[in-house]
Amino acid sequence: MAEILVLAEHDGETVKKVTTELLTLARVHGEPSVVWTGDGAEGGRDRLAEFGAAKVYVADSPDYADYVVAPKAELLAHLVTVKAPAAVLIAATSEGREIAGRLAVKTGSGVLTDVIGLAADDAGGLVGEQSIFGGAITVQSRVRTGTPIIAVRPNAVTPVPAAGPAEIEPVQVEIPASAKTARLTGKVVAERGERPELTEASIVVSGGRGLGSGEHFALIEQLADSLGAAVGASRAATDAGWYPHQFQVGQTGKTVSPQLYMAIGISGAIQHRAGMQTSKTIMVVNKDPEAPIFELADFGVVGDLFKVVPQLIEEIGKRAEG
Amino acid sequence: MNIVVLVKQVPDTWSERRLRADDSTLDRDAADAVINELDDYAIEEGLRLQEAHGGEVTIVSMGPQKAADAIRKALSMGADKAVHVTDEALRGSDGLVTSAVLASVLGRTGFDLVILGSESTDARMGTLAAMLAERLGVPQMSFASKVETDGSKITIHRQADYGYDTVEGALPAVVSVVEKINEPRYPSFKGIMAAKKKPVETLSLADLGMDASQAGLAASATQVVSFANRPPRAAGTIVTDEGDGGAKAAEFLASRKFI
Repeated sequence: MAEILVLAEHDGETVKKVTTELLTLARVHGEPSVVWTGDGAEGGRDRLAEFGAAKVYVADSPDYADYVVAPKAELLAHLVTVKAPAAVLIAATSEGREIAGRLAVKTGSGVLTDVIGLAADDAGGLVGEQSIFGGAITVQSRVRTGTPIIAVRPNAVTPVPAAGPAEIEPVQVEIPASAKTARLTGKVVAERGERPELTEASIVVSGGRGLGSGEHFALIEQLADSLGAAVGASRAATDAGWYPHQFQVGQTGKTVSPQLYMAIGISGAIQHRAGMQTSKTIMVVNKDPEAPIFELADFGVVGDLFKVVPQLIEEIGKRAEG
Repeated sequence: MNIVVLVKQVPDTWSERRLRADDSTLDRDAADAVINELDDYAIEEGLRLQEAHGGEVTIVSMGPQKAADAIRKALSMGADKAVHVTDEALRGSDGLVTSAVLASVLGRTGFDLVILGSESTDARMGTLAAMLAERLGVPQMSFASKVETDGSKITIHRQADYGYDTVEGALPAVVSVVEKINEPRYPSFKGIMAAKKKPVETLSLADLGMDASQAGLAASATQVVSFANRPPRAAGTIVTDEGDGGAKAAEFLASRKFI
C-alpha cells in the first residue's frame, strides 16, 4: 500500500486529537507514517499505534520548536524526496496551513487547505472536498502536480481506532540557516482555564452581541464548563473587547466544525456563519425570532438568554448528578 | 524604509458568491468587489511604520482590471504608489502560481518589509505569507498581532490558539497581520482626491519575464473537479421560551446524547 505521511501535532508528550483524525483518513487511502518533530515520540507512540500508524519518523531536534514553520517544511520536503509518499496530510491549523504552503513551494506540489473529506478518483488519485464561501458551496479538487499536500480541517473526520505497529525510525535532517530566520523567543499563554482548544473541541459554546458586556461572558464560560466545551465569540463580541480576539469564530477568525455548536445571543451574520456552518449539530438561543442564525438551528429557543441559559445550566447539572 | 503592502480584491462577503459553471473559477460578475478585509489592517500597519521610520509605502495587487478600485482605495488611505499586475492569463491561478508571480514583482520593487493580511475572505488558504517567505528566502513573520522594528531587527507577536508567541528576525521580512493589530483609518476626502494623481504602474506577465504557460488555470497545481451548492440544512425545531426554554434545550441535548 502506498505510504502517506501524517505530520503529528503534539505537545511534547500527548498526541492531539486531530492527528488521530488524520491517521483515520490516511488509512483509507494508504499506509500512514507519522512524522514526529522534537522529543516525546516514545510517549506518544501508543496513541499513534492505536490509530494505525505503520511507522513513526522521529526528527528529534530543538530546531522545530525554536524556529517558525520553516524547519518542519524542510523535514517534510526531505521525506517527500526519499520516501516518495502518495500524499502528505497536515492539520489545517494556522501553523499547519503554513507548513503546507512552504512544503508546496519546496516540492513544486499542489496544496489543498481546509479539506473536510478525501476520496479516490477512478485513476486512484486523491480528491479533496472543501467547503467554501461560508459553507455555501462544496468543492471537489485534486492535485495534479507533485505530491498532494492536504491540510485537513480539525474535527472533520471522526477518529476510528485500528491497531498498527508504529515502528519508530529516527530521521536526521540538517536544517539549513535559511530555515532558521524567524526565531521563537517566547510564549505567552492567555488564561483560559482547563477548556479544550477551540478548533479541537467537540462542543463549542459561543456568545455574541446579545451578551451586552464582557462580564456576562461568565455565563457562556459556565455553560461551556458544564459541557466540557470550548468558548467562542462572535466578531461583535471580540470587537467590543468583551472576549479575547483569538476566540473569534467566523470569517476573520477561526473555522470550527464541532459535534455541537451553541450560538448564544448571536444573530448569525454571514461573517459568523462562515466559521461554524459545518458544525454537525447547532443549537441557538436568541431573543429575536427573525435572527438568521435560526435558519441553521437544529434546535432553537426564542427567548431571553439570561433566563434560558441559567435554566439550561441547572438542568445539565441535575442530569449530571442523576 | 521600503514597505510593500499586498492587496487583493475579493467578492464581498455580504453578497452571494458563486463559481462559474464553465471553468469553476470565481464568478467575479456575480458579487460586488471589495478590498479584502484584512488588507485594510495591512495598509494601516504599513502607514504606521512609515510614519515612524520614513520611506515609502507601495501597494502591489494582482487581479483583473477592476482591481484598480481596490488599489485606489489603498492609495486614498495614504500609500504613495502602486503596482497592478493584470493579465488575462492569470485568471484561475492557485496559491502556488500567485506566490510565484508576486515574488517576481517583489524582486522588481525591492522591499524591507512586505505586509499582507493573514488570509483572504474568498480563498481563505492562509498560506501566502509562508509561500512568499519561502520563495524570497526571508523571515516569515506571520499572524502578527503586534509588530516592532528598529529598521534592521523585527519582533512580532504571532497570534496562537493559546495566546501568542514572540518571534524575532532581521529585515527584510514578510509580515502577515491579524485584525487585532490596529484600527484601520478611513480615507479622508483629501486622501481620495490625492489618490487620483498617485502613480500606478501596470505590469503584464510579459513585463515580469513570464509567459502564459506559467500562470492561470493551465499552470496551477490544483484543479477543481466539480462543485455543488450545499443543500440547505433541514429545518430544526424552534421553541419560544415560556419559562421552560432552558429545560427544553436540555431535553434536546439529552436526546442527542450530549448530556
